[in-house]
Amino acid sequence: MTMKKWERKDLLGLRDLSAAEIQLILDTAKSFQEVSLRSVKKVPALQGKTIANLFFEPSTRTRISFELAEKRLSADTLHIAAQTSSFVKGETLKDAAKNIEALKVDVIIMRHPSSGAPHRIANYLKANVINAGDGINEHPSQALIDMFTVLEKKKKIKGIRISFIGDILHSRVARSNIWGLTKLGAEVTVCAPKTLLPRDVEKLGVRATTNLQEAVKDADVINLLRIQLERQEESYFPSIREYVTAYQISSEILKKAKPDVLIMHPGPVNRGIEITSEVVDGPYSVILDQVTNGLSVRMAILYLICGASAEPVVKEAA
Amino acid sequence: MNFLIRGAHVVDPASKLDGVMDIQVQNGKIVKIAKTLEAQGAEVIEGKGQHLFPGFIDLHTHFREPGFEAKETIQTGAMAALKGGYVASVSMPNTDPPCDQQSVVDNILRKAREVGYHIFPSGTISKGRLGKELTEMADLKRAGIVAVTDDGDWVADSLLMRRAMEYASMLGLIVMSHCEDRRLSAKGVMNEGLSSTKLGLRGIPPASEEIAVARDIELARYTGARLHVCHVSTARSVELIRRAKSEGIPVTTEVTPHNLTLTDEELEGYNTNCKMYPPLRTEEDVKVIRKALKDGTIDCISTDHAPHTQEEKMAQFDEAPFGTIGLETALGVVLTTLYHEEKWTLKEIVRMMSTRPAEILGIQSDFGGVREGMTANLTLVDLERGWTVLPEELRSKSRNSCFMKKQLKGRVAMTFCGGKLWRF
Repeated sequence: MTMKKWERKDLLGLRDLSAAEIQLILDTAKSFQEVSLRSVKKVPALQGKTIANLFFEPSTRTRISFELAEKRLSADTLHIAAQTSSFVKGETLKDAAKNIEALKVDVIIMRHPSSGAPHRIANYLKANVINAGDGINEHPSQALIDMFTVLEKKKKIKGIRISFIGDILHSRVARSNIWGLTKLGAEVTVCAPKTLLPRDVEKLGVRATTNLQEAVKDADVINLLRIQLERQEESYFPSIREYVTAYQISSEILKKAKPDVLIMHPGPVNRGIEITSEVVDGPYSVILDQVTNGLSVRMAILYLICGASAEPVVKEAA
Repeated sequence: MNFLIRGAHVVDPASKLDGVMDIQVQNGKIVKIAKTLEAQGAEVIEGKGQHLFPGFIDLHTHFREPGFEAKETIQTGAMAALKGGYVASVSMPNTDPPCDQQSVVDNILRKAREVGYHIFPSGTISKGRLGKELTEMADLKRAGIVAVTDDGDWVADSLLMRRAMEYASMLGLIVMSHCEDRRLSAKGVMNEGLSSTKLGLRGIPPASEEIAVARDIELARYTGARLHVCHVSTARSVELIRRAKSEGIPVTTEVTPHNLTLTDEELEGYNTNCKMYPPLRTEEDVKVIRKALKDGTIDCISTDHAPHTQEEKMAQFDEAPFGTIGLETALGVVLTTLYHEEKWTLKEIVRMMSTRPAEILGIQSDFGGVREGMTANLTLVDLERGWTVLPEELRSKSRNSCFMKKQLKGRVAMTFCGGKLWRF
């Protein structure tokens, strides 16, 4: 199933990728893992490449993770927080991206509050575009991190039972994971109050349930999604209190899961809401491993995207 | 001008014409229809191999003037309409200022006259289209409106809508309703279903249309108002209208060429030209809608021609305005799909594009037919001519067509509007 070479200009979502392409990213990430363990945590793979991080939405985790991955690959980086930058104000997204490209930027990493924004921008640009989260659509690098972590801990993805719990409707992480995991043969369950389940989601090849017990029972992995407090005002659920009663992951409920269940969360965690502190800090939690793996996976994505012109340093990293 | 349209196949369900005829037009009027006629010095229009229909009538056109002239003007919109074979339009009142007072109506009618196109304006139901107080409908009617509607903003206040229906029916005005409960549509930008889930876009549930259709039907039943449901798009809405019609409630409806032919899968790639109200729905809805159009439950085809500038449509999907243009592609789309592919009869197509809209507006004396004594409002069509929808060939000021780059079969050759000949 593994392919040798990456041929795609952009990474917009896992929906577009084949199982082989996903596998290639995961394999490449594995070979980058060692770089972060060295005392000199840097390889010259993207020396001379310029990468712009164009963020139209506030982000800390994703931004610093990409930034560090870029630095470890020796790329030159440029950060534009577009919600505060006069560079982008009043311009169309297309003009802003074209301007950045005119500075001979090789890769644009983009986060945007509107679904499909990177897809449309990618059509206009020669630069490679990496989607760092578009609206409620996709967040491919995060899903690849989650998959990499599952693979690392469980040694396989095919046949693994993985449940997503929380605001599935508005979660780009869930959506990217659904595309990726189903392609690699995992058994995916999504669990939320009915108001937060996307219409016809079962037709994507997942099991949907509103019952937490069902989602937890026999799960190999539980991936939690952050509950945003403003959803209560929009009447997606009556109160945080009621949400916690029905959907919070606690040590108690985890007794129904497999004894070696993994608890994942893309962050930031609302302790005491979707998950108890005890579980966050407990033995099942791999939440910080996800953060660490984020570096290797994002290095792999950047390395592959920069493609043929990049120095073949994987041997060095291996 | 005097013309002899020679040898075209005339199809007019209203006068039951269906065959090759010569038609003599003098001073803008159809004076004679016969197997063979002499030119008698008139300009001869060779119609051999072509079809002549009563000119098309669009019950839903956004001319954008006054206020949004960057998108369209009455002049450019009229050119687009004439190129598409239309001879008359009902203009939508969501202009700036909205068409809520007679000076705006006067302005629209004067500009239409200057271009030589027929506009039957609709006025707003509420002042400023704010859904609070009724407009001076009698005054608007005197100025020339034929219908009232708040268009894009459905009158959510049922009491105001009841009064509007009672008042409008007293004046013989049609109440047109863009049926959509906006509160339920929330932040939706496309049809809610598998496609919106796949694309990660917020959905508009079909129920937001159906609830509004159901309420307006009940109010029409209760008040006796003439309700016209604009651009119906879901299978359930069609069922509600079918039942209302069978109960004798005075309701008519229309469908757009895009809701008749495209589904929400068209939004792959996040093409903002496919973002419109009502949104493109599912295969099943399209199937039900076609059946309802064929059996007459849906009366006619209206374009909902909704121009927006390229700059506006260049915005990201969530921010781009709703709407597609349609005047220049309607016939091509309808012929390609319903005539060439589905083998519907030309009589059926003419009924939907011209006969029924004329009946709905009550303007059969000069529109919707090919009869001696009528003004020449006619469309000459080449059924077989293939063409591609290209931005540079459009007469509309805007380019936001959901059919852009599509291959169509069937095109308007000439339009006679008020006796004047237009070739493009």
